[in-house]
Amino acid sequence: MKSGSNLEKVLRAGHFAVTTEIGPPKSCDAEVVRRHGETLRGYADAYNVTDNQTAVVRLSSMAACTILTGMGLEPVLQMTCRDRNRIALQSDLLGAAALGIRNVLCLTGDHQSFGNHPDSKNVFDLDSIQLIHTARLMRDKGQFLCGEEMKVKPRLFIGGVVNPFADPFEFRVTRLAKKNAAGADFVQTQAILDMSRFERFMKKVREAGLHEQVFILAGLMPIKSARMARYMQKNVPGMMVSEEICQRLEKAEDVKAEAVKLVVEQIEQIRQIEGVAGVHLMAVAWEEIIPAIVEQAGLYPRPSL
Amino acid sequence: MIIAERKPITEIWRLIESYRQILVVGCRGCVTVCLAGGAREVANLANLLHLAAREHGCSITILQHTVERQCEYEFVQPLAAYGQGDCSIEAVVSLGCGIGVQAVAECLPDIPVYPGLNTSFLGMPERSGRWVERCHACGQCILDKTGGICPIARCAKNLLNGPCGGSQHGQCEIGGGTDCAWQLIYDKLSRLNQLDRLKEIALPKDWSKDRDGGPRRLCREDWEEDNFTDEVRE
Repeated sequence: MKSGSNLEKVLRAGHFAVTTEIGPPKSCDAEVVRRHGETLRGYADAYNVTDNQTAVVRLSSMAACTILTGMGLEPVLQMTCRDRNRIALQSDLLGAAALGIRNVLCLTGDHQSFGNHPDSKNVFDLDSIQLIHTARLMRDKGQFLCGEEMKVKPRLFIGGVVNPFADPFEFRVTRLAKKNAAGADFVQTQAILDMSRFERFMKKVREAGLHEQVFILAGLMPIKSARMARYMQKNVPGMMVSEEICQRLEKAEDVKAEAVKLVVEQIEQIRQIEGVAGVHLMAVAWEEIIPAIVEQAGLYPRPSL
Repeated sequence: MIIAERKPITEIWRLIESYRQILVVGCRGCVTVCLAGGAREVANLANLLHLAAREHGCSITILQHTVERQCEYEFVQPLAAYGQGDCSIEAVVSLGCGIGVQAVAECLPDIPVYPGLNTSFLGMPERSGRWVERCHACGQCILDKTGGICPIARCAKNLLNGPCGGSQHGQCEIGGGTDCAWQLIYDKLSRLNQLDRLKEIALPKDWSKDRDGGPRRLCREDWEEDNFTDEVRE
């Protein structure tokens, strides 16, 4: 065991893992985090906590993770490279381990032009692959990037993200290979809303043997309106939404029920794809639907190890 | 070259509205090529400032002087004459880049020098009327690794290990028709049969050669005057 986190135990024991996501509020209201935590308690093996996602200022990911650990829930600390240099990132990795956070997800981060402070400076001192490399260096060698040694190594399960829906397509497999080589133990994918593209991606991943070296969690997103699906299909960089999904939501009488049905079907399809170790459920502003999805997919209760 | 654009006339007017004798200094270097600060733009600015003065019910005197390059002492030194004797210049507007403004200000220690341009970036004209950024002057060129396309200057996140998840259809996630630098790099290295190069992990960059390391200075001992040998002098 590299970290001893619940997520690591579940994956290493060969269970089909479930992670989901909690977005901290745009205020210091800890109740919001606790409420989401309670809603989702028992329905996932670990809970990603986003780091100022889409570059909008929110309650810090580290603080929200600590609230969750206090509730007995296991967080995945998301860390982006946008707002902190290598000094702050390494400091936060130490701080996370000291606070009992065992999973960290290393991301580049959305550009600040998407957020509510588009005039801010960005950092990007490191990129996501370099952050993964840094976390592993600290955990396995007990070293900082500068080469200096630390007395106690942070025990972290190190994650990254992959986006099979961005371009150039073939290079996405190379990026996964680099993240694996840099030290990623697991990766979560961008929301899969085009299954055939994901299947093509996984075929290349298997050809490269990567599915045997890194746990791959397939990202899924229930979409509660047809309009939102069309919007994402046309306007969100790095996302692909199949025509089938758009049309099914457009034709559905009960769109929300159809959205759940779609995700449950996707989970069934994904479980047939060799090399996928679990799912990551992202229900942005619709967290309360997660329990129904997990139950209907036959993934409840979660293993307790 | 350095790309710049003129500040809005209202902003320049506010900088100089309390003066009546003004010198506008142009530069025949980069800012002439990018149509921001050459002799023609100096004349234009003089006209606009006269109009602004008239609107405000005052009259001003404007002298115009365009030098070969504002970024070399040799060419800006003659401007020192405006600060001497009975010359009555009260303020200077430089239509040079940020380097030019500072060099002119050094030559005229007792006269306020104001910038007339916003210095934008290091780049080139892409087509008539459109300029694009190409170099960030990071101090450690990596173009050998990236097919001659710079991800420091041309990727919105300065990424070194490939495109982020926002790259789609060759476009950067920030939009506005910005090409994804990493798509360009990928295509180029693919053409060169060098895609293998992108499999290596690029380790964290040494940014101390960029401006993060403090103001930069380049010393060539072989060209420092104290070290000139007689042979070189001859």
